[in-house]
Amino acid sequence: MTEHKSSNGTVPTLSAAAEDRLKQLVSRYPRSKSAIMPALYIAQEELGWINDAAVHWVADRLSLPLAHVIQVATFYTMYYKQPVGKYHIQVCRTLSCMICGAKDLTAHIKQRLKIGAHEVTNDGVWSFEEVECLGSCGTAPMVQINDVFFENLTPESLDALMDRIEKEQPDLRYSTVRQDLGAGLSGEPKSRLYTAPVES
Amino acid sequence: MKHLKILTANVHHDDQIELDAYERRGGYQAIRKVLKMDPAEVTAEVKASGLRGRGGAGFPTGVKWGFVPKNTGKPIYLLNNADESEPGTFKDRLLMERDPHLVIEGMMIAAWALGANWCCAYIRGEYSFPALMQQRAVDQAYEKGYLGKNIFGSGFDLDIVVHRGAGAYICGEETGLIESLEGNKGQPRIKPPFPAVVGLYGCPTVVNNTETLAALPWIMLNGASSYNSIGTEKSTGTKLFSASGHIKKPGVYEVNMGYPILDFINNECGGMRGDKALKAVITGGSSVPVLRADELEGVTLDYESCMEAGTFVGSGGFIVMDETTDMVEACLNLQHFYSHESCGQCTPCREGAHWVEKIVGRIYHGGGSSSDLSLIGDVTKQIAGHTICPFGDALVVPVQSFYKKFPEEFNERIDSALVSQIGNTHV
Repeated sequence: MTEHKSSNGTVPTLSAAAEDRLKQLVSRYPRSKSAIMPALYIAQEELGWINDAAVHWVADRLSLPLAHVIQVATFYTMYYKQPVGKYHIQVCRTLSCMICGAKDLTAHIKQRLKIGAHEVTNDGVWSFEEVECLGSCGTAPMVQINDVFFENLTPESLDALMDRIEKEQPDLRYSTVRQDLGAGLSGEPKSRLYTAPVES
Repeated sequence: MKHLKILTANVHHDDQIELDAYERRGGYQAIRKVLKMDPAEVTAEVKASGLRGRGGAGFPTGVKWGFVPKNTGKPIYLLNNADESEPGTFKDRLLMERDPHLVIEGMMIAAWALGANWCCAYIRGEYSFPALMQQRAVDQAYEKGYLGKNIFGSGFDLDIVVHRGAGAYICGEETGLIESLEGNKGQPRIKPPFPAVVGLYGCPTVVNNTETLAALPWIMLNGASSYNSIGTEKSTGTKLFSASGHIKKPGVYEVNMGYPILDFINNECGGMRGDKALKAVITGGSSVPVLRADELEGVTLDYESCMEAGTFVGSGGFIVMDETTDMVEACLNLQHFYSHESCGQCTPCREGAHWVEKIVGRIYHGGGSSSDLSLIGDVTKQIAGHTICPFGDALVVPVQSFYKKFPEEFNERIDSALVSQIGNTHV
């Protein structure tokens, strides 16, 4: 097996939990190469972004050429090729959101954070970018912060949400906020999850 | 009009995500019945139902299954295409979030009919929550013994893997999805061979949309004739439309095929927000031609009528725009989308998507000239039909249809640009 080393000369290791998760994942696929995408997610979750160590780790664990891992990591937009803030805001910019006010959200974020897209605030808390359709068109405009969708926003409600996130510093991964649904930061679950009216 | 609820009968129950509740409401009965049938009978029933692919292409599902060669000695794979990324579309998300066991049961039925022992639900990366709910339901099914070895005592083995994409629209194209699942960039393959013959890892593979799969339990329980008695001759059953834009009640609605489009806007969608005038509608996601308000009379939501009106049912991503919408800006918004999402494989698409966006952009920003309109014509002619996958055909749709339907808005931009240029001493 080829030994992949990161630029400081060591084979990167991630936490035991990450190594276990990857092993378990690989066993689910007919071929281990298919686990490259989940492997990149595991690395990103642990390292914050897809840095040198991340691609070396994936290449090493899946016995893949480094060039192939880099090629995949750079093709997909959800693998961050540079550090993002603790809270990364993705503003949906595509048609339904645009005609319902997405531009106002972006303008507000820029004004509040005084950064451009893909920049990180000095305190490391925030970064943002505009992204293509997030599949939340019926609850436009909306943003995704880390894993969580926040919908039917106005610049004011987004502002209040950002205040609250700064104050409470929540973990915005769905796997951790699930029990928080209903009362938590993810908003009103019923309206968020199911936007069609209930007909008898 | 009373619409049959085949896909959304139980989505309003909060506990529907639990296996027990799903089963209490009649779930996992269709698969028990199907496992006692001959797989060929199942395929015949689905063919007879007239069910067509709900991801956008509308290809008859049973016919697609029929393309899978038997006895090749290779495994057969079933892939659930939940890479829902077509702008305006959020219907599969509802199924995964609110009735994930229905999706699983649909996959089970298709897997039995095809003889597939390994299935994968490929869910778009941004859908963390739908993926979590789908994974949770899959875990419950394994725990109960409904997935894995010898499901329901039939001797049939079935594994389902929930796989997340990572933000590439092109992976919704079935061969792009297969490439991505193999661990590569999601760049589509040349067809033929079609995935039914050479798909995942070179093996026979069927890729079906989530909504398509979710219709299977009802069809198998109630029979093909119950399904095809709803809708029109060539568009049977019900379809989910995800409605968004300037309407009072955006959301996901299940309607019988053949439902008048204006009734849909006025009833289900609750009419126009702020009681402004309706200007335009995109019926099936951004890749289908836009319709003007005055073209909607008599159009119904089914494959035949939409096609007659010059558009498509597509994915059911229904975007409504009112009189305040700037159509040049809307067009530019979508061209930016296509420019961003081109996978970069074919030159006409990679370069063309970028150029179309640039030209529409300069018209929007007041730097366009009338020659830009013929330039758009030239560029788009060289894209459509000249690429490996249908993305090239899709990317020219907004600019062609928006200009065709709203030429005055483009011309106005160009004329005012001309006036300001004449007033400029540098010209």
